[in-house]
Amino acid sequence: MFKILKYSFYDLIRSRWSYVYFLFYLALGFVLLFLNNDLSKAVITFMNVIIVLVPLIGTIFGVMYFYNSKEFTELLLAQPLKRSSIFLGQYLGVAGSLTLSLVLGLGIPFVLYGLFRSEAIWNFSLLLVTGTFLTLIFTALSFNIALSNENKIMGFGYAVLLWLFLAVIYDGLFLLSLIIFEEYPLDSFSLATTMFNPIDLSRTLILLKLDISALLGYTGAVFKQFFGTNLGLIIAIGVLLLWAVLPIFHLVYRSRKKDF
Amino acid sequence: MIEIQGLHKKFGKNQVLSGVDLTIKGGGIFAVLGPNGSGKTTLIKSILGMVVPNKGRISVLDTDIKNSWKYREEIDYLPQIANFPGNLKVKELIRMIKDLRRKPGNEERMIDQFGLDPFLDKKLSTLSGGTKQKVNILLTFMFDGPLKILDEPTTGLDPASLICLKELILEGKQKGKTILITSHIMQFVEEMADEIVYLLEGKIYFKGSIDELKTKTGQTNFEHAIADISIHAADV
Repeated sequence: MFKILKYSFYDLIRSRWSYVYFLFYLALGFVLLFLNNDLSKAVITFMNVIIVLVPLIGTIFGVMYFYNSKEFTELLLAQPLKRSSIFLGQYLGVAGSLTLSLVLGLGIPFVLYGLFRSEAIWNFSLLLVTGTFLTLIFTALSFNIALSNENKIMGFGYAVLLWLFLAVIYDGLFLLSLIIFEEYPLDSFSLATTMFNPIDLSRTLILLKLDISALLGYTGAVFKQFFGTNLGLIIAIGVLLLWAVLPIFHLVYRSRKKDF
Repeated sequence: MIEIQGLHKKFGKNQVLSGVDLTIKGGGIFAVLGPNGSGKTTLIKSILGMVVPNKGRISVLDTDIKNSWKYREEIDYLPQIANFPGNLKVKELIRMIKDLRRKPGNEERMIDQFGLDPFLDKKLSTLSGGTKQKVNILLTFMFDGPLKILDEPTTGLDPASLICLKELILEGKQKGKTILITSHIMQFVEEMADEIVYLLEGKIYFKGSIDELKTKTGQTNFEHAIADISIHAADV
């Protein structure tokens, strides 16, 4: 598996897209820090960007890589290699290079602006951890979509729809249901709804840590009331971990039955 | 060497293989023939474990291949259409395959034979079809496994390279390897094959030597004999 990871990773590192993604975050980091001139505030701004953008890029990149590396995959399948290691290796190669671009792209401007001398370091680290989770989750989901759809356009369409649903539509439906059922106790409902969307979960996680009650919103408040800040953090991270692990298992399971 | 029992495979509604039984004992050149869409590539990919059969059992070198991957160490496979990752250089691809198989390869001689030296530093996406096929052949023949599977090996080759390919195949045969070939070039098959396996509508229609086939169909010309099978099968 590690050999395949190595080759996928090298392949991606050499491709233009990793650099574009890296430079984009680098530029974004510098611009936002320049405008905010305050690390803690910049973390909040970044959270809003990362939570929408990282899933989008993970999804698109994952689907694109999977379809583009069809030849590579077929070449590997005829070699004495386990199927699960072929797909896990490729997956980790993509997710790894995306994470590296994110961490370096955001890390460099923050470090230059004096991150290590600031109190924002833990908040910033959490931001990067969340970004990593979102990359892992959405790349895994997109690999699953690409594996089940032979047709590239369909696969692409489903992947974009998935992102749109989780990033935008889900919140709309959630708010709508809160309004419709406002006469009922909605604590457990809203808690569960948050758990089922990794983007919402990440947002809640960061806001819990930042402890900005004004921005927490209804779910965040319920979350905090239910679990307290620390337990809430641990549970949120645990659920994010589940969100990453389950699609990976599904990927390995599906890849065993696929014909090439 | 290879044992296949009751192999069934369906792609959607399309039944490609319906009960293939085939035993190939070691040593020699075996040609898998059949009209387009008769399931040759599916059969080969099933042996390689790239296609998962619906029913049936395959064993290679006395090991059941289901959920196994180690047996592929013994197989060198030449895919039908040489599709390689385009942004790799030829040299890097050779190194990568050697690294993945954890085996040394004797590619030097073939690089000379096929005149691939000027292409070693070129990216695979820039190569012509014939050159890609040469690289494909090189990747297959640089290892010394006991079983070689060649899917349409002659595609796109110029006459000189075709002679090289034939030499390589015969050399493998002399070393006692089992070589499985699919091809539509009957002249090539007649020259190379010791035994023929004819697939038709997902079943093995004929298995035996070229002479046996000629006797069975009453034809003196091999190409006509093969054509004869198709026509008679259509009558039945």
